[in-house]
Amino acid sequence: MNNTILTTKTETELAVDRQSSTVRKVSRREFFAITGATGAGLLLTANTTANTTDKPTNAATEIDAAHLNVFVSIAPSGEVKIVCHRMEMGQGILTSTPQIIADELGADWSKVTAVLGEANSAYGRQGTGGSASIRLHFDHTRRMGAVARTMLEQAAAQKWAVELTDVKAENHTVRNMITGEALGFGELAEAAAILPVPDKTNVSLKKTDDFSIIGKDVALQGVKDIVTAKAIYAHDIQLPGMLIASIERPPVVGGRVKSYDASEAKKVAGVVDVIRLKDRSYPVQVQPKSGVAVLATNTWAAQEGRKKLKVEWDLGANQTHNSDEYKKELKRKVSSPAKKIRSVGQVDSHKFNQRNTLEAVYTMPYHHHMSMETPSATALVKNGEADIWSGTQSPQWGKSLALQELGLDPEKDQAKVRFNTTLMGGAFGRKSKNDYTLEAVELSKATGKPVKVVWTREDDVKHGFYHSIAANYMKAELNDKNSCDYWVQRVAAPPIAWIFNNDSTYLENSDLSLGFADVPFAVQNMSFENQEVSTHVRTGWVRAVGNLNNQFALGSFVDELADKAGISTIEMWMNLLGEDRQFNPREQGFEGYTHYGQTVDKDNTDYVLEIARFKRVLNRVAEEANISQELPAGEGWGISVGYSFNSYVAAATKVRVTGSQVTPLEMHTAIDCGLVITPDRVRSQMEGAMIMGLSMTLESEITVKDGAIVQNNFYDYPSSRMNQVPPMFVHIIDSDYAPGGVGEPGLPPILPSITNAVFHAIGKRVRDLPVSQSL
Amino acid sequence: MIKMSLNGKQVELDVDSSMPLLYAIRDIAQLTGTKFGCGLGLCGACTVHLDGQAVRSCVTTAAAAEGKSITTVEGLSNDEQLHPVQKAWIANKVPQCGYCQSGQMMSAAALIASNTAPTDSEIDTAMQGNICRCGTYPRIKKAIKEAAKEARADSLTSASAYSEQESQVSS
Repeated sequence: MNNTILTTKTETELAVDRQSSTVRKVSRREFFAITGATGAGLLLTANTTANTTDKPTNAATEIDAAHLNVFVSIAPSGEVKIVCHRMEMGQGILTSTPQIIADELGADWSKVTAVLGEANSAYGRQGTGGSASIRLHFDHTRRMGAVARTMLEQAAAQKWAVELTDVKAENHTVRNMITGEALGFGELAEAAAILPVPDKTNVSLKKTDDFSIIGKDVALQGVKDIVTAKAIYAHDIQLPGMLIASIERPPVVGGRVKSYDASEAKKVAGVVDVIRLKDRSYPVQVQPKSGVAVLATNTWAAQEGRKKLKVEWDLGANQTHNSDEYKKELKRKVSSPAKKIRSVGQVDSHKFNQRNTLEAVYTMPYHHHMSMETPSATALVKNGEADIWSGTQSPQWGKSLALQELGLDPEKDQAKVRFNTTLMGGAFGRKSKNDYTLEAVELSKATGKPVKVVWTREDDVKHGFYHSIAANYMKAELNDKNSCDYWVQRVAAPPIAWIFNNDSTYLENSDLSLGFADVPFAVQNMSFENQEVSTHVRTGWVRAVGNLNNQFALGSFVDELADKAGISTIEMWMNLLGEDRQFNPREQGFEGYTHYGQTVDKDNTDYVLEIARFKRVLNRVAEEANISQELPAGEGWGISVGYSFNSYVAAATKVRVTGSQVTPLEMHTAIDCGLVITPDRVRSQMEGAMIMGLSMTLESEITVKDGAIVQNNFYDYPSSRMNQVPPMFVHIIDSDYAPGGVGEPGLPPILPSITNAVFHAIGKRVRDLPVSQSL
Repeated sequence: MIKMSLNGKQVELDVDSSMPLLYAIRDIAQLTGTKFGCGLGLCGACTVHLDGQAVRSCVTTAAAAEGKSITTVEGLSNDEQLHPVQKAWIANKVPQCGYCQSGQMMSAAALIASNTAPTDSEIDTAMQGNICRCGTYPRIKKAIKEAAKEARADSLTSASAYSEQESQVSS
């Protein structure tokens, strides 16, 4: 019991903490007693009894640990637990966030265990997306470590009756600089925990040069649990008496159940109940899609029962949507002038010289996240309260939606919903939406039993929130310096904002800031335009979002311009980028530029686009890949570069093309993401981006026929396999800029690097993805 | 009732004979290390060993395991001594999200059990049925070579935890 909570907390937040639930693994003996099952099982139980300790973690309760703040607890043994409040989906944040805290704390990494945080507003923002965990939260996270370190130092100073400036925390001990004495963190924890918590804005932070854990390839948190199958994902939650739900959803967005017959489904052994989910209205938001749920004692029975359901649908207006026609419509739309987003100089009155002008339209299909773990969540709604377990990128948002779903007060009833988090088996943006979590809440409320909703792969593919299909138009006139003076770009794509507002037809400024109207070229006359469109499927954030189609178009077009000018692609980039300078789109005709959520002012220019940083990654990748080497016929290198989420990434890909077969031979990525926290996880994200980029560019797409998604599973939405992946290399630029994003920026430049390589191999330009549909 | 040896223990599972082994393992035996990925044998997330052979448990019926020996990732090692594949996975920082890795490791362990010096193309052939959406393939390949090397060294001394484990599983 202690009062060592952060001073920033509200009463509501305190209430949440006091009522916080814990998840623990039950012993095998208990497990057998509860279930009577054989075999070593894993069972999680919700401990929902109110506790008075400030312990918002879902770790096994450690009674002796002293809580210095909501992030840091220290046991008398010196073992430190650090909460990772950002959600883990494979990006490695379970290591990186605690690494930042541990460094400021002065901890020994080998004595640190990371704990995934539940939904709790005391942590600050938990929504994990936008490659933001470090780039937007670095300072806050450091301060959480510094607050705890200051408390340990204060405890030690008091003990020795010296000034705070006479002690120093380092390597898991606090040293008395006068006498040389030292006390371990474990020895100080209890005394530190009863001290008032210092104001986080007043604690001292380490100098960059003094970092000893940040920037180092430390042991990864949680990796042993993963390889020994102890790690818990949403699919793995087991509760006594739990039902598994498999849901037949309307195939078309906005569709509803007209009628259904569950009589055969109910005859399947193991099926317990069939429940029609309630209809939802527009806007679709992140709500469940409704439908009919079959609940059974095991997954197989639920799925078999579902096969026996007879459902008649009222499909609604979106059944007329066909992506082939829609793509043609987008291409038509971008071919005529549209709403101006950014304007520099004067393009409209310019008469383009056809001989020197290049005009092109690029298209990208809908795409799906296809994370290995399909969506899943478990809920136990009882007596007007709920315990929820979900693999989600948005635990706080999910919690507020669950409160709403249950008719509870979003503020006063916070403590009635315990929202526990699990690891995610991949997410890539899909699991920012809690539709599946709400399905579990709705079904548990309806049955009064714990319900786990498990999506099949087909459910996942057909009921996603897709990357928006897009057409990008590019037009530029070459001048005699092998650069351009006149430049036009247009984009047409269904806006993600539509899911929240039916009337939304244009992209938002935040979308247009994703590699579209922020093109930092030294071109005197430019126009950036957005055409309005109608939306018929749920679109959402897929890794790098609009940067995917925007960088594909730009990276391809620069390559085309270089070819037309008869110079190398890298020269064309250098010519268009122009002089080294800072480029702030807000001062260059795009007032609505959103800077990926960063605050930029005259005192903070780390997040302004730096032309030199573009050039640095481009030069590095060209050099490392040796792209100017002579290649056999049918082989070619392609390059591209892009800026997203405050990081700069250049990619080089070598391919061999035989007939319509594209074989990747070698891939390189150079990234400047500013200060690096965990170098190995930067490398792993770049490797993953190259691999995802391969299948995304070469062979996969989501198409829509009569309003329904055509694809089903890995056989028709292929993902790269080991035998399709060439040797790949990652080059990290040493940089002392503020940290940028890592999870997403690696992906967009891969796409044009591949299609440009195809062009340089066989002279065939691919403007419509995927390549398999164009070659 | 389906009788089988599961990670070296005789078990009887009360399941419909047509239930995929995956759900018999996950929902009935409550061993959740084996993962669902596609339900069609396309992604390998559900890979287990059936009498030492890597099989996709989502397309293998529970009935097909009757009287057989099944090893899941939980049976790959004990807490004291990790399997060479698990050690190599940690050393090479293979996992990202980690979800597919139990299937990857089971395929890799089956490969190494029959070939302690796999070439790149043999690794590709053995592993191309296991999809990793995070993109850990380069590290998996490297880790397999390291694990194979250890298995090779162990087989020379013939006193490895790995072979002990294997014999325990198949006994």
